[in-house]
Order: sequence, then C-alpha cells, then structure tokens
Amino acid sequence: MLNADFFRRWMTVTAVSVDREAERLTELDSPIGDADHGSNLQRGFTAVTAALEKEAPDTPGAVLALAGRQLISTVGGASGPLYGTLLRRTGKALGDAPEVTGEQLTDALRTGVDAVMALGGAAPGDKTMIDALVPAVDALAESFAAAKSAAEEGAVATTPLQARKGRASYLGERSIGHQDPGATSSALLIAALVEAAGE
Amino acid sequence: MNDTEERFVGIVLVSHSAAVAASVAELATGLAGGGALAPVAPAGGTLDGGLGTSTDVIAAAAASVDRGAGVAVLTDLGSAVLTVKALLAEGDELPDGTRLVDAPFVEGAVAAVVTASAGADLATVEAAAAEAYTYRKV
Repeated sequence: MLNADFFRRWMTVTAVSVDREAERLTELDSPIGDADHGSNLQRGFTAVTAALEKEAPDTPGAVLALAGRQLISTVGGASGPLYGTLLRRTGKALGDAPEVTGEQLTDALRTGVDAVMALGGAAPGDKTMIDALVPAVDALAESFAAAKSAAEEGAVATTPLQARKGRASYLGERSIGHQDPGATSSALLIAALVEAAGE
Repeated sequence: MNDTEERFVGIVLVSHSAAVAASVAELATGLAGGGALAPVAPAGGTLDGGLGTSTDVIAAAAASVDRGAGVAVLTDLGSAVLTVKALLAEGDELPDGTRLVDAPFVEGAVAAVVTASAGADLATVEAAAAEAYTYRKV
C-alpha cells in the first residue's frame, strides 16, 4: 500500500531530479522552445517541496492536490497548468483514502493524464509530455520500473516527431530531431516513483 | 461607483507580457470612447516582472473587475490559455461567472470593452469578442 509518505517522497525525489536535470531540460527547450523549461519546473517543484513541508498533508490525494496547486501558481509557463492539472486530477481521483494500492494509483494517474490531454488538446504522437506519460501509465500495472522505462523510451521516441502542440509547433518540420523537453521532464516524474518506492 | 457601473461585465486581458496586457487595455479603453467604461484589468507577465503568466496576477485582476455581472477573460497564447483554463477548473479561484473568451487578443479586447461599456451582458460581450475572428483584413 502507498501512503502519504510515499507520495511526499515521490514529489521530493522529483524536485531533486528536476534540480539535477534543470540545465539539460532548458537546453532541450532552447532549439524548439523558449529555453525556460528547466528553470520553470525548478521554481515549481521548489515551491511544492516547501508547501508539503509547511502544510504536511496527510493523505495521498491531499499531497498531490497541494503539489498541483503549487505548480499551477508558481511555474509561469505552460508546464505549470499542465503538470498542475496532472497532479491535481490524479490526487482528486485518489480521494481521501489514507493509503492506496498500486492499481488505484494507476487508475488515478490515467485520469490525470486524460485531464492533461483535455486541457492542452494534445494526443499521443504530438511530441509532448503525453508521449512519455501514456506509455508510462500503460506499463504501471506491471511495475514502477517498467513505467520508468516506458516513460524514458517514450521521451526518446519524441525526437523524430514533428511538434503539433505548443510553441514548438510553430517550427513545423524544424522541430524534428529534437527530444521534447516536456516528455523528458515527465520521464523524470515517473522515474521518481521507483526511487520513492525504494526499489 | 454608480448603479449602472455595478452591472458592467468586467474584462481581464491576460498576456505573457505585462507591457502587452497594459497597452491592449489602454488601446481598448481608448477606443471605447466617452461615457462610462466597463472595468478592464491587464494581467500580464509573472509576479517578478518576467514573461509568462501568473495565477496570482490573473486572479487579482479578475477580482478587481468583478461587478457581479460576470468577467470575460481574453488571453494571448500558450500558457496564458492553459493557466486560465486550469484556474477555471479549480472552481474557486476566479469570481462566479468568469468565462474564458475565445477571441483574438487585440481585436477581441476592443470589441469586448466597447460592448461591455454599452452595458451588454456576458454572453453578448463574449459573442462580440469572438466575432472579431471573422473580421478579415485582406
């Protein structure tokens, strides 16, 4: 069973990964975006960590809802509402249970990913975070490690795609050949599940 | 505040840039002409003055123009659209009757402010702003 501590660890491990990879995320965002993805997410997850410490939410759903709220209000770029919606909707789907099963997390995360697709209008293959998240959720039933691999493979697989959403889509064919920064940071989020679980 | 003004639909202009939001607000109110004006609030840039969108700036702007007749929010692009949508989904962040209006930013803002200042309701303001899409220039 996964309790609030697990979800707090998930968020703090993500914050550490984002910190570590911020430069790389911003580099990926330079040729096809506005070179702020790393710093934006860094600001967001720093706020998440601080809010979790201060408010100490005591259910999985409350942890993710608070984290999502922080991302929406602090990131400043499109990744704020997108990641914020992902975590908030996932948290909402988990309800107020003190512990949840892996299966419940999988279902909730699927609800969150669906909400992101509805908000941003992106579908798989559009070269967005969805390309890492959808395969990750599909693999989550198997294990966190499988989800991590699927997300990382999904992120790498965005390289040959042409962007159809967001600022990168203005570049048309010139967006081809670059790995999508949003899919890359989504893979960090999913990878953090493994570490949070101590696997 | 007089009785008429209390019924005005409020207009919020959300841009990545504080300067763009403020200038479009100035342009739209300037073109709306004399007489009572609907309340208009720019909501541009991030809290620290950078390019981007801020939920705090947007929520404060919406609250400042809310006269109880609804608030029409116009946005430029990208995160401005997503942030407003995410705020609306939160449910309690924006005044009751706040609506994201699908309209071109500059032309829609002018249409919205003119229409709202004429005392139109939210649906009429929204339709006028959206209609700006149909105005071809060539």
